[in-house]
Amino acid sequence: MQFPFLSVIVFIPMVAALAVLTLKPEQKKTIRVTALTAALLALALSIWVYFGYDKVAAGYQFVEKYNWMPMLGISLHFGVDGLSAPLVLLTGIVMVTGVMISWGIDDRPREFFAFLFILASGVFGVFVSLDLFMLFFFYEIAVFPMFLLIVIWGWIKTREYAAMKLTLYLFIGSVVSLVGALVMFWTSGAQTFDMLVLETVKFTPGFQITWFLPVFLGFAILGGIFPFHNWSPDGHVAAPTAVSMFHAGVLMKLGAFAALRVGIMLLPEGAKFWAPLIMGLALVNIVYGAFIASVQTDFKYVIGFSSVSHMGLVMMGFATLKPEGLMGAGVQMFSHGIMTALFFAAVGMVYDRAHTRDIPKLGGMIKPLPLVGIGVIIGSLVSMGMPGFSGFIAEFPIFMGIWKTQWVVAVIAAISIVVTASYVLLVVRRVFFGKMPEEFEGHIPPINWLDKIALVLLMALMIGIGLFPALIVPWVQSGVQHVLTLLGGA
Amino acid sequence: MATILPILPETLLLALAVLLLVLDPFQKKEGNRRLFLGMFTAFGLLVILVLSLLFARPADPILVFGGMLRFDWLGFFFKMFFVFAAAVSALFFMDMDRLNQRAEAFLLLLVATIGMCLMASSSDLVMLYLGIETTSIPLYILAGFLTGDDKSTESGFKYMLFGALTSAVLLYGFSLIYGFAGTTSLYALGNHFSKFDLLAIGITFLVLAGLAFKVSLFPFHFWAPDVYEGSPTPVAGFLSTASKAAGFAVIIRLLTAVFPVISTDWSLILAILAALTMTVGNLIAMAQKNVKRMLAYSSIAHAGYAMIGVVAFSQFGVASAVFYLLAYTLTNLLAFGIVGIVGHVTGSDDVTAYNGLGRRNATLSLAALVAFLSLAGMPPFGGFVAKFFVFASAIQSGWIWLAVVGVINSIFGLYYYLNILKYIYLYRMNNQDEDQHPIPVSRPAKVALVVLVIGVVLIGTLFGPWFGFANHAALNMF
Repeated sequence: MQFPFLSVIVFIPMVAALAVLTLKPEQKKTIRVTALTAALLALALSIWVYFGYDKVAAGYQFVEKYNWMPMLGISLHFGVDGLSAPLVLLTGIVMVTGVMISWGIDDRPREFFAFLFILASGVFGVFVSLDLFMLFFFYEIAVFPMFLLIVIWGWIKTREYAAMKLTLYLFIGSVVSLVGALVMFWTSGAQTFDMLVLETVKFTPGFQITWFLPVFLGFAILGGIFPFHNWSPDGHVAAPTAVSMFHAGVLMKLGAFAALRVGIMLLPEGAKFWAPLIMGLALVNIVYGAFIASVQTDFKYVIGFSSVSHMGLVMMGFATLKPEGLMGAGVQMFSHGIMTALFFAAVGMVYDRAHTRDIPKLGGMIKPLPLVGIGVIIGSLVSMGMPGFSGFIAEFPIFMGIWKTQWVVAVIAAISIVVTASYVLLVVRRVFFGKMPEEFEGHIPPINWLDKIALVLLMALMIGIGLFPALIVPWVQSGVQHVLTLLGGA
Repeated sequence: MATILPILPETLLLALAVLLLVLDPFQKKEGNRRLFLGMFTAFGLLVILVLSLLFARPADPILVFGGMLRFDWLGFFFKMFFVFAAAVSALFFMDMDRLNQRAEAFLLLLVATIGMCLMASSSDLVMLYLGIETTSIPLYILAGFLTGDDKSTESGFKYMLFGALTSAVLLYGFSLIYGFAGTTSLYALGNHFSKFDLLAIGITFLVLAGLAFKVSLFPFHFWAPDVYEGSPTPVAGFLSTASKAAGFAVIIRLLTAVFPVISTDWSLILAILAALTMTVGNLIAMAQKNVKRMLAYSSIAHAGYAMIGVVAFSQFGVASAVFYLLAYTLTNLLAFGIVGIVGHVTGSDDVTAYNGLGRRNATLSLAALVAFLSLAGMPPFGGFVAKFFVFASAIQSGWIWLAVVGVINSIFGLYYYLNILKYIYLYRMNNQDEDQHPIPVSRPAKVALVVLVIGVVLIGTLFGPWFGFANHAALNMF
């Protein structure tokens, strides 16, 4: 019996949330330190799991299985494969940086960190669950704290609207998938929610074609797929910085990941049938998202819509059902997670100081906030897929995959690269360079050292992966191999 | 001695009620009396719960007392529910100003509980009717207990009028059954209802109407909001949980014992009723500004969810309905407990009374969070697994559309439950001086809240054993 790494990772945030709640609201310092300690602990363990994962052996590792309810075949079944291991790591990183950046939250930090950690627990849970019931269980746990986090600590103008919209969208998605999952459960006749068993069940093609769409789209809503992407920019903008980071950085991957795991992996025939549709929707995501982002004047909305565009690439990668596309999508999930986390952190830092996110009103921020400026520049390079950065490692294979499937789509999708390059560079120029408006002179205090650590960590990862793809590609490839087997060795 | 075991809980409840009345006159001081009444009742009920669990567990189902009662797990499980709900309600009663000085209130609570226990285990029409009336009459009085309060009086009176009417309808149905079958024993009746004809439809309709009133199924739900709003909050909590569960116990028993063949034909009608109940309850709940009314409509909706399990009409379906009722009972008691505490301090049940609750009492707000999220069906609370099982049972039996209606409804539900949380956590009091307006929680209420919160979380996480109990209750029904 080895040390139960995964359940410890999943339950650390939960326990920390409860521990924080037992503290007095006034002990703000203790609350923050507890939160950071727990986050660091979770990160340390997820690093251990990531590097302890044997890429050659592949398959599911660090597996733990506890019978939870044998009657229905529900078990607490955890395990990581090459696709989920990077995402677990990503969650750990975003959690730590998120806590660092939220250090200054002064309104009820106790509740803030408690809700944030319950959310984190849910996210970890989804990534490592190999049981369909538990996947839903953790998925919902990841959804509801979002509402509270946005509504209480969010941007005052839109928080109520955005929080409700986001929660309802995500909940609708999850319950639609839930119906599909239950139908799968009873149809399989296997009397188990264990996805490893359900993977081996051969559902009839007709069944798969009928049920693939609700299951996949239900989850893909959280991945921001068109035309259900609407909640995401609003939600991102209304959320407080750390929550936006979590949200765009990790939560959207949750949707994409679950859509892959439950939709594509359990219903491969359905995936093959509907792949063109998914591809079409993802194409709209990519191009339309990029164009919408380019006309935004609110810094945070730009990032919000760019997430829609980038998540479209992930969906597109899935829809190719080709090794290159899936591999790229896997890397893109990680790379985009880090990149958006950085973007939102940067936006938050600028907004906290300038009290506006209106791009025309900003300027010259590089002087008082050099590190933030560098961060955003690197993030921009990643987001346009510049070689040498993680974005390239992700986007290039995706485009290769698309090209092999449907070259027209690849050409159209490539437009987005140009558009993305234009708007991110424009934003960088307007916000960080040029002349600083007079009202900001001397009113922009520098960022503190915790913020700096967080930014540097995120930047280092993006460059690191760009220069050493071997840090992530073998993992993802081993995971993709399994997906391909399920798809019939294509 | 062995013969008394099947009615051990009832016997002990009666003894407790008598003791309460006998000892009450010795309490002179107001504070002591409140303490005595509440603690004595709650502890007594706890002891009954433990004793029954230890000594009065049923084995194979048998008919006892000349076929009047059936000693089985379904009845036993529900009985334990009622006793628990009554104990918790007794604790909440202690904070209710005009309730906590009157031994009658506690006595009525106990008598109603006896009635429910009989409802859950009766296997004879006569006994069943007696059980229903023994439950209802004390509840009418409890609902109208605050005699000086117009709303409470109205609530009690309304409840009684509606109740009497539906009892008459129910009784008429029973008399027809007896007239045509010549027996009142539920388990002998099954043979007489093996055909699906006009007569069976008519009788089932009458009986169903009477029972649908008890569990507030559409279209017999109209009484619930007015009654809940007017009656003292802990009473409303008891009404919406234990009383509803008792109604379901009877429905489950009748449908499985008497109308099993018809039920397959009837299930479409029941399914439509369940769907309408959920939808109507949830849609109207969205528009409510009074939390008690909102909870009343939500409890109508929840009756619809539980009904899904019954409609599925399989062992798993019944088990999931029972499990649903368990989770719902705990959660709703918690919700009404919180409403009672807030109402006691602020003097209002309006949603705006919850402004700034998150700052006025952070712990109470967390309890509210648990309650409302569990009602909305969010993990890791009881509501999620309960809904999951109910929907699973519907899909197992091929009722996919009903499950879809159910999940759509849970979205409606989520909306208004989240809305309340917005008042609790986001909105502030008029002068933003929440620090000056703490919400104190009395010790008995604290105990009750803690027990309920733990219960809701336990059911939501370690659901295996709990579902095992529920499944046991559904055993031997088919």
